[in-house]
Amino acid sequence: MSQLAHISASQLYWRCRRGMLELDLLLNTFVEAEYNSLTKEDTILFSTMLDYQDQFLLDLLLGKTQSPDATISNLAARIKNACHEKFKLQN
Amino acid sequence: MAAIQRRKFDTLIIGAGGGGLRAALKLSDADASVAVVSKVFPTRSHTVAAQGGMNAALGNVLPDNWHWHMFDTIKGSDYLGDQDAIEYMCRAAPKAVYELEHFGVPFSRLDNGNIYQRPFGGQSQNFGGDQAARTCAAADRTGHAILHSLYQQNIRAKTHFFDEYFSVDLLKDDEGHVLGALVFNIQDGKPIIIEAKTTLLATGGAGQLYKTTTNALINTGDGLGMALRAGIPLQDMEFFQFHPTGIAGRGMLITEGARGEGGYLVNGEGERMMERYAPKAKDLASRDVVSRAIATEIREGRGCGVNKDHVMLKLDHLGEEVIQMRLPGIRQTCMTFLGIDPAEAPIPVFPTAHYTMGGIPTNRNGQVVMPVKDTPEEAIEGLYAAGECACVSVHGANRLGGNSLLDILVFGRAAANHIIGYLAENRYHRSMDESCVEKAMQRFERWGKNSNKTGEPVSVLRDELKKVMEEHCGVFRNEEVLKEGVQKIEQLAERMKEASITDHSDIFNTARVEALELENLMACGLATMHSAYARTESRGAHSRIDYPERDDINWMRHTLYSFENGLDYKPVRTKPVSVDSFPPRPRVY
Repeated sequence: MSQLAHISASQLYWRCRRGMLELDLLLNTFVEAEYNSLTKEDTILFSTMLDYQDQFLLDLLLGKTQSPDATISNLAARIKNACHEKFKLQN
Repeated sequence: MAAIQRRKFDTLIIGAGGGGLRAALKLSDADASVAVVSKVFPTRSHTVAAQGGMNAALGNVLPDNWHWHMFDTIKGSDYLGDQDAIEYMCRAAPKAVYELEHFGVPFSRLDNGNIYQRPFGGQSQNFGGDQAARTCAAADRTGHAILHSLYQQNIRAKTHFFDEYFSVDLLKDDEGHVLGALVFNIQDGKPIIIEAKTTLLATGGAGQLYKTTTNALINTGDGLGMALRAGIPLQDMEFFQFHPTGIAGRGMLITEGARGEGGYLVNGEGERMMERYAPKAKDLASRDVVSRAIATEIREGRGCGVNKDHVMLKLDHLGEEVIQMRLPGIRQTCMTFLGIDPAEAPIPVFPTAHYTMGGIPTNRNGQVVMPVKDTPEEAIEGLYAAGECACVSVHGANRLGGNSLLDILVFGRAAANHIIGYLAENRYHRSMDESCVEKAMQRFERWGKNSNKTGEPVSVLRDELKKVMEEHCGVFRNEEVLKEGVQKIEQLAERMKEASITDHSDIFNTARVEALELENLMACGLATMHSAYARTESRGAHSRIDYPERDDINWMRHTLYSFENGLDYKPVRTKPVSVDSFPPRPRVY
């Protein structure tokens, strides 16, 4: 598990740069929309999620696979929801 | 200037996708000391997104032959590909697949245990005959499997990784030898000089040039910008592959499968627009025809939406059950990134930039080459390039599906083989030229604490560049559109000189990284726009409305664009290594 307890917005932002455009959009949108409201626990959980392999992370965020950890599943739902909200406004 | 940390390696590899990692593995296994510099963690390189697979004439499903693969690749390139490099690649393909298998890539299998191969567009048996089945895949995540296997093998081989380091510029002495690069640690902002006897650029493509692209945010043409600033021309940059149906404003692909299942395109007036452009094939016409049709509808004011800047792909008539059963991935993508269920509403689409065919000119050993006096291809000592940033050129004017993973692996390995020979003959580092270090540091410090603080924001210029490229150098090209594009991009490049960022901190200063990336993209944009404006023919992905025919007499040649000399040209290498040439013929499928 990541030990990054006090991770800055720019550090998180950079680690949201992935090999897939879909992940770039999902993760960056979440950080932009919710970084200021993240608790320390949220931040640690999110940085743990950022350590996942790209393909697994994409499957998790698109709902093709589920995490047995409810906190991860909840965070995945928040990330997806942030994306929904942003793009709903743009349509 | 405070003392800058220095490290020495036999080889510096910039970029940790499939091409860079394949080369690194070969070199580390040969006991060379290898540094791999990557701006993101290596397994987050764009190779991970390659789903389709990798071509090799194994003949496991249908009869096949490397020579047929060679013919298909040359025809697909619209006869702009270099036939010696294509022969080399197609001959090497089976070995490249077996090597990957030994590295741990779990290729999909046939019932008899052999590697499964699927058919893909542009593949044929017997030089244009029946469909071939040539693409090896690890389910729908071939790139992911290759990248992770290569990374693990490199850890075993003790390759030295510089993760989250950004490369600023190549270091090149007065005699033209490349001596390494100036890089900096994104985590703390500290620069490091990496001295190397040989340097390999493997930084991937430049899809972020365009507003609508399938490429990840990291694809900013960094190696291409570095090459141009080092006085090296870029080759054939006018050839950029587009997919007709990307999600408008987002970029990700809606595959042909959606139209194959009965989906069709409508314009802003509710017309089935493809009937006008391809009365027979309609929505199943080839990619370039569909892309140009969409662009034409929008240019002529028949687009959809408030800004009339896209058309619609209708699937809702297929019914929810069919969509869920046959197109579940597309449905999920639309619901996530558009908030639209395609079972209920049409999908806004626009052609999306996908692959950079052009790049840094190399020979089939991966050596970077450029014209010197009367020699069109003189190798630059110590510098190599492989993968999408390079132009060998095996893709010519148009890349075939399944050939990009093959390209990165074959030429990553070929470059490493040549480097091993070079290292045996050149055992010591050349002296560092401090004036080139100073020049690279100036570029780095251009965005530092003492930089201009009142110029235009980088983000504004980036958005304008993407818009200019999309409107003036996308799928719809003619004299008027390109001429205006050249003027606009030259103006943008001038404005870039005065641009500024507001964050001057050292710790994870992503604003500085994005500024350096934009300089690279701007360089790629200049090369692409100028090259496209000058080429008055249609060939492969470069389609001129005002010059609709291919012109082999005047244009069967490679474009070279450099900051110093503008445009230049060199001949296509039409002589293969061991077989007869394939002379140009109409590219009809």
